[in-house]
Amino acid sequence: MTSTQNIEQHGVAPVSSEAAVNLPLWKQDGAKPFLQIENVTKKFGEFTAVDNISLDIYKNELFCLLGGSGSGKSTLLRMLAGFESPTSGRIIVDGVDMAGIPPWKRPINMMFQSYALFPHLTVEQNVAFGLKREGLDRSEVKQRVAKMLDMVQLGHLGKRKPSQLSGGQRQRVALARSLVKRPKLLLLDEPLGALDKKLREETQFELINIQEELGVTFVVVTHDQEEAMTLATRIGVMNHGVIVQTAEPHDVYEYPNSRFVAEFVGSVNLFEGKVIEDQPDSVRIKSKDAGAILYVNHGISCAPNQKVHVALRPEKARISKQKPDQTENCIKGIVEEIAYMGSLSVYRVRLTSGKEVRITQPNITRGAGERLTWNDEVYLFWDVDSSVVLTS
Amino acid sequence: MSTPTGSAWVDGSGSRLTKFNFIRRVNWGRLSVVSVPTLWLAIFFFIPFLVVFKISLSESAIAVPPYTSLLEWDLEESYLNLKLNLGNYLYLFEDTFYIDAYLSSIKIAGISTVFTLLIAFPIAYMIARSKPSARGLLLALVILPFWTSFLLRVYAWMGFLKKNGLINEFLLGAGIIDQPLIMLQTDFAVYIGIVYTYLPFMVLPLYSALEKMDMTLLEAAEDLGSRPATSFFLITVPMAMPGIIAGCMLVFIPAVGEFVIPSLLGGSDTLMIGRVLWDEFFLNRDWPMASAVAIVMLIVLVLPIMLIRNSQGKEEAI
Repeated sequence: MTSTQNIEQHGVAPVSSEAAVNLPLWKQDGAKPFLQIENVTKKFGEFTAVDNISLDIYKNELFCLLGGSGSGKSTLLRMLAGFESPTSGRIIVDGVDMAGIPPWKRPINMMFQSYALFPHLTVEQNVAFGLKREGLDRSEVKQRVAKMLDMVQLGHLGKRKPSQLSGGQRQRVALARSLVKRPKLLLLDEPLGALDKKLREETQFELINIQEELGVTFVVVTHDQEEAMTLATRIGVMNHGVIVQTAEPHDVYEYPNSRFVAEFVGSVNLFEGKVIEDQPDSVRIKSKDAGAILYVNHGISCAPNQKVHVALRPEKARISKQKPDQTENCIKGIVEEIAYMGSLSVYRVRLTSGKEVRITQPNITRGAGERLTWNDEVYLFWDVDSSVVLTS
Repeated sequence: MSTPTGSAWVDGSGSRLTKFNFIRRVNWGRLSVVSVPTLWLAIFFFIPFLVVFKISLSESAIAVPPYTSLLEWDLEESYLNLKLNLGNYLYLFEDTFYIDAYLSSIKIAGISTVFTLLIAFPIAYMIARSKPSARGLLLALVILPFWTSFLLRVYAWMGFLKKNGLINEFLLGAGIIDQPLIMLQTDFAVYIGIVYTYLPFMVLPLYSALEKMDMTLLEAAEDLGSRPATSFFLITVPMAMPGIIAGCMLVFIPAVGEFVIPSLLGGSDTLMIGRVLWDEFFLNRDWPMASAVAIVMLIVLVLPIMLIRNSQGKEEAI
């Protein structure tokens, strides 16, 4: 399967409107989803692991299911692979209902969190395992295995046993083994979880390259938001068996739709407050937490006096000893703690209201600028479009 | 060491140096730990083996002990004569009776081992896959028969298998048969006895191998297109192989030399080397012949085991 073939097959075709051509599939009206999850619920006895999830994933996507442990993400993945069957609901892959189709007959392969390499087989035999089950003839198996091992740069280690490989090499064997069957859908369970930080970063980009080269649709499960951010075309944030938000990484971070998402993805300062002025394109919120009236330039659907939260990312506010010109979104506090982290500094500031907030600032200059120190009285201020109002 | 060519390492002083180092480098703590089982083996295995080997080379005699001495002091010629009698060994190969007994022992032990494996595997698999809290109890049940005397348990089987025993009475009563089955004093009864007696020795090593197996391997195999039956032979069996080999050895080796089970359950035509050995010792009182039978049995058993061990060791080293 080459990349050109892929483009011909499913790159652009389905939408006639020219303007829509550059839009990703999930933003095009009428685009046919490749994987449809329809009202899927999975119960283990009394416990509901996956609660009525509906989700469409499109061809060539690298979709990340992001959630903590017990959020149901792994159960959903296992249902896609066929190891668990949904209590109710349907899973449709490329137009085929997967109900009753056992794992060994699905056009889906999975890369396990533990890699699950067969310890008694060599690297080559591990990769060839799936092809041999298809009954392909020996020369083709050999050729495809060799090609796949070359792609993951393990061609020279084919005769080794998994126990003789490093963690990163095992991860690549597992990837090769799951890709060599040319699945329509590849499931990856915490693919980078067992790797150290440096290796993760390298592998992350390798994974994206491979995905783009082969044009396989990936569904990745992870609890690591950084992994999700760098890998995904879209992220589905899961909590208690429900997908709380489905959006592109940028939107998940900048426009979280709930307190859970805001807090789970990245860090955030939340100010509780009451809506005192509700315009179509802006709101004013009186916040005891902040000790000020906060102004946000996007409309929300809410009742007057409704309790809401204003979410402010640590890097979105500026911090200064001088009183800024702006009067809106400006609050006073005292620097309680400073952590110098090289590229940026983290300040913990106690507001006059007593609330603690976390602010990060890039260290733009080498120290000529305004130096803040402990117990300095400072002003925190941010633009009207820097914060987000969360109603749930 | 003053020679710049470095030849000092080759000459005498160099080798003396390494010898000296070797003595100093001996790890006495480790040596003492290793020496205890070595000594145990030497005293209780190797020396008795030599004694038996010595007897096997002597001649039977009506005396106490009932065999001749290997060394004879010839007073007239002042010779010390060493007389090695290989006749016992030659006779072993001349008389087909012994060869038949060996082959029949190996056959009975081999077939019993296969059946033990076939029965033990599902048991061990079931225990290994049951809830961790239940495993202790299930394993205890496997070991439970050991709390009764082995002899008693074999006798109990006689009660089951005899002509008017439990099994025949049940089958007659249920109308399945109208003539009692002859089960006792057949090879069939010997198979049952061996399989029953040695089952725990097979279950335990199989369990320990299967319990260690990562279940996601089976999921991975299924995910790659392998049906459960195929996965069993391609994944589960290879993963259990150390247990299978250990279990088979633990059953096969003692089963070859088994004496009690063929005596009690087998018929007069059940030929097993353990019985031959017993008869040579206690009926014929031919100690040298019996010793020769024992030595050959040991060689027959030890050689293949060493070969298997060797090949295993090589595989692990790769």
